[in-house]
Amino acid sequence: MPGFVHLYIGQEAVAVGVCATLRPDDHVASTHRGHGHVIAKGGDVNRIMAELYGRVTGYCRGKGGSMHIFVPEIGVLGTNGIVGGGIAHAVGAAMSHKLLGRDNVAVAFFGDGASNQGVFFESMNLSALWHLPVVFVCENNLYSEWTEYERLTAGSQIMDRGAPFAIPSVQVDGNDLLAVRDAAQQAVRRARAGRGPSLIEAITYTQCGHMEGEEVFAGKYRSDEEISSWMVRDPIVLFRERLVSSDVVDRVTLDRVDDDEGKRVEAALEYAIRSPAPAMNELTEHVFTEER
Amino acid sequence: MPETYFSRAMRDAIGIALREDPTVLVVGEDIDKSVLGPTQGLVQEFGRDRIRNTPISEQAVVGAMIGASLTGLRPVMDVMFSGFFYVAMDQIANQAAHIRYMSGGQVNLPLVLMAGIGPSGQAGSQHSESPHAALMGLSGLKILVPSNPADAKGLMLSAIRDPDPVIYLMDVSLAGTRGPVPEGEHIVPLGVAEVKRTGEDVTVVAMGFAVPEALAAAETLTKEGISVEVVDPRTLVPLDREKILASVRKTGRVVIAETGRRTCGFAAELTTLCVEHAWDSLKTAPVRVTWPDVPVPYSPSLEIACQVDAADIIEGVNQAFRTSRALSV
Repeated sequence: MPGFVHLYIGQEAVAVGVCATLRPDDHVASTHRGHGHVIAKGGDVNRIMAELYGRVTGYCRGKGGSMHIFVPEIGVLGTNGIVGGGIAHAVGAAMSHKLLGRDNVAVAFFGDGASNQGVFFESMNLSALWHLPVVFVCENNLYSEWTEYERLTAGSQIMDRGAPFAIPSVQVDGNDLLAVRDAAQQAVRRARAGRGPSLIEAITYTQCGHMEGEEVFAGKYRSDEEISSWMVRDPIVLFRERLVSSDVVDRVTLDRVDDDEGKRVEAALEYAIRSPAPAMNELTEHVFTEER
Repeated sequence: MPETYFSRAMRDAIGIALREDPTVLVVGEDIDKSVLGPTQGLVQEFGRDRIRNTPISEQAVVGAMIGASLTGLRPVMDVMFSGFFYVAMDQIANQAAHIRYMSGGQVNLPLVLMAGIGPSGQAGSQHSESPHAALMGLSGLKILVPSNPADAKGLMLSAIRDPDPVIYLMDVSLAGTRGPVPEGEHIVPLGVAEVKRTGEDVTVVAMGFAVPEALAAAETLTKEGISVEVVDPRTLVPLDREKILASVRKTGRVVIAETGRRTCGFAAELTTLCVEHAWDSLKTAPVRVTWPDVPVPYSPSLEIACQVDAADIIEGVNQAFRTSRALSV
């Protein structure tokens, strides 16, 4: 696979928990680590995989790539290669909803790294000022690129950053699907009711590190103990155990789900590899609406 | 035809757009008062929801307007002075300019960012910027620089109705100038240059404030027996290459007058265009009349020296008659 890839593995409960509370015509602004958001919002795995492979069958005809996936029909305002770059887009979508009389909401996903960008504070100010239906979801995965977030981020909690703007804020276990879902439900309900923005800080962990291929230059920057302590708290494993122990589903059924999903991804891989690259004339197309 | 001030003509166009399309929204710092004039009085007719004062928060506001333009609104943002674009450059360059292309053509961004350019009387460097050339190089932004009130109105209506992000630059020195403006609907299409004065001996391609200066220079030069054609591209992107090249091929000489710095400027781009596509017609090397490569100075005498005026353009035209094509490279 070509290109920069930032895997979402280990953070699935955040995307799934939040997007489970959204409608197809609600909007999300995503990040460089955005595959999970697009899938959870209803994206087609074949077309996502084809985009990662730079193929014309990808959502963006292969011209966006992993960090620039746009799916307007399901409200994906784009994954985004600039840390913090999409936060304000969600604020603007929320503004559209409010001014055009729609009861939709917009979610800004971002990481702990983006919480140090000025645009995050500006966006909180704007949305609180105008009571916009937006939910800020900070996925604190404990690393900003390859550096521990505590070494880069002042104050003990990112959720505290909502208080100066009178934005209701909560910190949740980002590996606990139902905890995320409950927090999101409250925030989304509040937004839909016209009561303004909320901030959720979900504590989670990026199991695979910042990006694929990082070992070449980043070396070993996390201890084995740290990684394995989070692997046993993998959000999918945790939720599986919960479903089984509460007798909602049995293990056999869950194994079948795992198997089906595995096959779906294999099929997507096949689909992507078999798809053609964009034609050469596409190089100069799509800069403007009317091509000149 | 009634005479109207430049900034009033912009305002009238914005008013028409607001009246015809409920999705048009105008935002910016203090736009109810409107420092440079283009939104003055709109709040009385359209209210504070649609004529919305924003915090001094360029990154988030430009970003939010991008999000709004992707989801059903047609925002017009008054950034006030174009030096403020730099505060929001991630949103302008990485996001607004590139989103449509990166999306593979799935989305449109009907968004207008307007701001004042150029020296306007001791505003100092940061309030006298002219970032058109840097923005031209981004690909994905349409860039308009009207030079008279009628074009100011016609281009504004085209900009707001356009499906792509448009940078609308008002030369601040022109804001208080007057001229005839058609009442009601008046459209100047994007990508259509206008020959503001026909001539035979030399083409002056001028933008913004330099257009009236070029017309004044042409008047003076006529008395000296030099017939000057003045072409105003009006939109730098998309650029009406054909009309510009047709004029240059006719006269065989070109002077480019730009209200901006010299290096990698619009004039540099046009020089290349002429050399590449009108080489056989050129009798002499193209001449650039630009600011020097400096921030616009504060001191009145230096500021005047920095700006491109009729005297500079006359000097440029004289140079076009002195140099030979062979010496140019």
